[in-house]
Amino acid sequence: MASFTLNINGKKQQVEVDPTTPILWVLRDHLDLVGTKYGCGIAQCGACTIHLGDTAMRSCVLPVSQVGEQPITTIEGLSENGDHPVQKAWLEHDVAQCGYCQAGQIMNASALLKSTPRPSDAAIEGAMNGNICRCATYVWIKAAIKTAAG
Amino acid sequence: MTAINNTSRRSFLRNSILASGGLVIGVNWLTGCKNASSEAALALPKEWFNFNAYLKIGENGVVTIFTPNPEFGQNVMTSMPIIVAEELDVDWKNVLVEMAAHDPAKYPDAMFGQFTGGSWGIRTKWEPLRNAGAAARHMLKEAAAQAWQVPAEEITTSEGILKHEKSGKSADYGEMASAAAKIPMPEKPTLKEIKDFKIISQSKKNVRGKEIVTGKPMFGLDYKVEGMLIAMIEHPPAFGLKLKSVDDSAARAMPGIKDVFTIKTYNDGFEKAMFDTNAFPELVAIVGNSTWEVMQAKKALKVEWEPAPTSSNTVTFMGNKRTFNYPAGLESSTDHQAMMEVLAAKPGKVVRRNGDPEAAFKKAAKIIERSYSAPHLAHNCMEPMNFFADVKGDKVKVAGPLQAPGFIEPTLAARMGIPVENIEIEMTRMGGGFGRRAYSHYMVEAALISQKVNAPVKLMYSREDDMTNGIYRPAYQATYRAALDENDNLIAFHVKAGGIPESPLHADRFPAGAIDNYLAEDWKIDSNITIGTFRAPRSNFIGGAEQSFLDELAEAMGKDPIEFRLELLKRAKENPVGEKNDYDAARYAGVLELVQEKSGWGKTAPAVGTSRGVAAYFCHNTYAAHVLDLTMENGKPVVQKVTSAIDCGIVVNPDAATNMTEGAVTDGIGNALYGEMTFKDGAAEKTNFDKYRMIRMIEAPKAIEVHFVKNEIAPTGMGEPPFPPIFGALANALYKATGKRVYRQPFLGEQAVMG
Repeated sequence: MASFTLNINGKKQQVEVDPTTPILWVLRDHLDLVGTKYGCGIAQCGACTIHLGDTAMRSCVLPVSQVGEQPITTIEGLSENGDHPVQKAWLEHDVAQCGYCQAGQIMNASALLKSTPRPSDAAIEGAMNGNICRCATYVWIKAAIKTAAG
Repeated sequence: MTAINNTSRRSFLRNSILASGGLVIGVNWLTGCKNASSEAALALPKEWFNFNAYLKIGENGVVTIFTPNPEFGQNVMTSMPIIVAEELDVDWKNVLVEMAAHDPAKYPDAMFGQFTGGSWGIRTKWEPLRNAGAAARHMLKEAAAQAWQVPAEEITTSEGILKHEKSGKSADYGEMASAAAKIPMPEKPTLKEIKDFKIISQSKKNVRGKEIVTGKPMFGLDYKVEGMLIAMIEHPPAFGLKLKSVDDSAARAMPGIKDVFTIKTYNDGFEKAMFDTNAFPELVAIVGNSTWEVMQAKKALKVEWEPAPTSSNTVTFMGNKRTFNYPAGLESSTDHQAMMEVLAAKPGKVVRRNGDPEAAFKKAAKIIERSYSAPHLAHNCMEPMNFFADVKGDKVKVAGPLQAPGFIEPTLAARMGIPVENIEIEMTRMGGGFGRRAYSHYMVEAALISQKVNAPVKLMYSREDDMTNGIYRPAYQATYRAALDENDNLIAFHVKAGGIPESPLHADRFPAGAIDNYLAEDWKIDSNITIGTFRAPRSNFIGGAEQSFLDELAEAMGKDPIEFRLELLKRAKENPVGEKNDYDAARYAGVLELVQEKSGWGKTAPAVGTSRGVAAYFCHNTYAAHVLDLTMENGKPVVQKVTSAIDCGIVVNPDAATNMTEGAVTDGIGNALYGEMTFKDGAAEKTNFDKYRMIRMIEAPKAIEVHFVKNEIAPTGMGEPPFPPIFGALANALYKATGKRVYRQPFLGEQAVMG
C-alpha cells in the first residue's frame, strides 16, 4: 500500500492503494467514478479510456504509480453538464445501444478532436479502431464525431 | 409460435387493480432517472398515484412509466414507454421512465414473463402496454366526468389535458390523478385507432442517452452498497474438467483478501431447467476488498483439476422434453470439424418431406450440392458477467444484468432453500446480452458467495473468465442439394443440417413450401462444450448458408437472384407445398421488392470495382433483406454500402429500429468475416480481445441505409431478424468480387487476403 495524490477532473484526490493498481480500479473501486468501464484489462477494447493530460489512455493498464501529477479526466469530468460537443453529438445522433462502451468511445473521440479538430474519415477510423462496440454502432459513432467536429 | 398470447385482459386487469391505489415514494439511484429526451429536468411531484403496474401519475401531471422487460441495448426502455404514453395520450416531455422490478404477479406473461430475448419484448408486450395506457386514460376521463358532472364520452384528451368542449372545462392529468386512481379499471379500455397515433412511429431519443454519455452508474458492474466486497471465481481451464483440490494458502495471505472457498451452484439432484446450462457448477470463489486485490489473489491460487465424468440432463421447455448429453473427454475444434463432416455424409433424421425428393434427384439432369460450416462463437458482451448479492438469513437481494429473471429465480430459490417470494431481483441495464445473459448462473454464484461471507458482494468475471466459461453459439454444418431438370428448372431441394451439439435446421422455413419435392434432415453431435442462445439462434447460421446456396442456384439456373426468390415466393403464396410453412410469402416478397427498389438492383449499375450481393430471411417474426456493396482493397473486402429493407409491422421508434438494423448488419459482417472460438484439448483458445477478433470501426460498412415496409400489423422484434441474412449478402458479394464462393466461416479469419 502506498499513498498517492491524484489530480482527477480538476480535484486533488488521495488514495491508499497498491502501487501496481491500474487507474481504472482506483477510479471505480476507490473513488466511485464508475463511468470508466472495464472491458478487457489488456488495452484491447478501449472501454476504459480516460485522458491523461490531453492524451487518450487505456486506464486498465496504467498503474497509479506512473501517473504522478498529470491531470486525469474521466467521462464524469469531460464537461460540467454533459454538454461537451462530443457528448452533444452523441445525443443528437442517439448513438448508444447498450451504452457500455460509449464513455470510452467519447473519451477517445474527444481526445482525437482536441489534436485533430477536423479529422478525415481515415483519421477517425484510425483513431477509433482501438475501441470495440459490441453492439456495432460504428456508423453512428463516426457520424457523431463528424457532427462534433462541425 | 403463434400460440403464444399476450397477457390476457383478465390477468392484466386483476394485477393492475392489485397495484392501483397506494402512494409510492422513493426512487432507486440506479433506475430512477429523468427522461433524457427533455432537456430541462422535470419537477418531481409531491405525490404519485398508481394507476396500474405500468404507470403512475403525479399531482403535477408528470407521468412515470415502468418498462417491464430488461434493457440490453434494444431500447425497450424507450420504446415500451412510447406505447403506454401513446394510449395514455400524454405529452412525451412529461414522461419519466423507470425499469420495473422483477415482479411476475404485476407483469404476468403467458410464457417467459419479464424476458428480454427472442425479439419478443415489443411483440408480447404490445397489447398489455397499450391496455395499460388506455385504461389510465379512461379512468382520468371518468374522474373528470364525475368532477364536472358531464358524460365521460364527451371528454376528449390530448397531450395530458382533459377537455369538455361544451362546458369549456379543462384540466391536466395531474389535477385528476388522485380521483382517477380510485376509479375502477375498465373491462375493455378503448384503444386508439392506429391512424391517430402521435407518439408511436415518431422517433424518440433513448431515455437513458444523457446518463450514458455522462458515465452515470447504471450497469450491474457499477452497483455498489456500503460494506460491499468484491468476488471473482476460478473455473476449470478446459471443458471436460472439474475441480479436484485447491491450495489457497498463498491467495489467502495476499493483501485485502477476506476469504477463499469453493461453491456448488446446484444442490445434488437438482433438476435443471432449460436455461440452467452451466459447464462448471463447482468453482473456487475469492473474496476481497477491491477488484485489483482479488485479481492478484486469483493468480496465486493453486488448483488441481480432474476429468469430469459423462453426464446428461433432461429439461422440459415449451412442452418438449430435451436431453443434453455431456460426454467425458477433452474436445478440440479440429475434431469437431471432422466429426461434422462424417455425420453430414450419413443419412440424418427426416424432419420434413414433400413429394418424392428421392425420385426427383434420381431423374435430375443436374444436381448441385454445397456444404457450409461455421465455428463456435463467443458472445463477448462488453460488460462481463457480474452480479450483486446480499443474502441476509432467508432473504436474498440480487441486482445485476440478466435477460431472464423468471428463468433463474426458481433455480436460486431451490439452491438457497427459500421461497421465490424471499428473493428480490433488481434488473440493471445490461452492457450487451446477445443471448448470453439468459443463462444467469452467475447470479446464483454471487448469492452463494454473499451467504458464505455474510456480506454484500459483487461478483465479477474477468474478460478471460467471461470468454472461457461456456454458453457459445454452437458449431454448425449444412449441406444443400438441388435437382434441376434438363431445362434448368428446380425440381427438388434437400437440406441436411447439424451441429455441435444441436442442429440449426428450420425445416418449415423458406424455401420449404415453394418446391414440390423437398427433404429436410437433421443430426447432432453431443459435446461437453456448453452452448446457448446467440442473437437469432440457429438462424444466425442457417440463414446465411441457405441464402448463399440460393444465390448459387439462381446463377446455375441463369436467373437474377432476387427474381429467382420472388418466383419461389409467388409459388409459395399462390399454391403452397405442404401445410406448416413458417413464413408469410407476401411479406417475405415485400422486403425483397423494397430492397430491390431502394438499392436500384438491376437498374443502377454499382460503381466500378463494386460487387453486390443480396439475401433475405425471416426469423423471429420479422422479415429482413439486405443488398451489400463491397470493394476489394489489398485482398480484403471493404463494405461500401448496405441497403436494408425490414418488415417488423408498425415501427414503434424508427430511429432506434434503424440503429438496431445497422448494429445487426455490422455485427453480422464482423462475425462472418472474423468470428471464431476454437478449442484445443477442451480449452477455449481465445481468451481476450487480443486473440478473439471483433469487428472494429475500420471494417464497418461505410454507409448503411435502412427502409421499413409501411403497414399496420402489430409490431414484432428487431434485435435478431436483420442479423442472419447479412451473412448471405456478404458471401454473395464476395463471390462477385473474387469469383470464389465462401463456404466456411469465418470467411476471412486469420487469412491475410481473399480471392
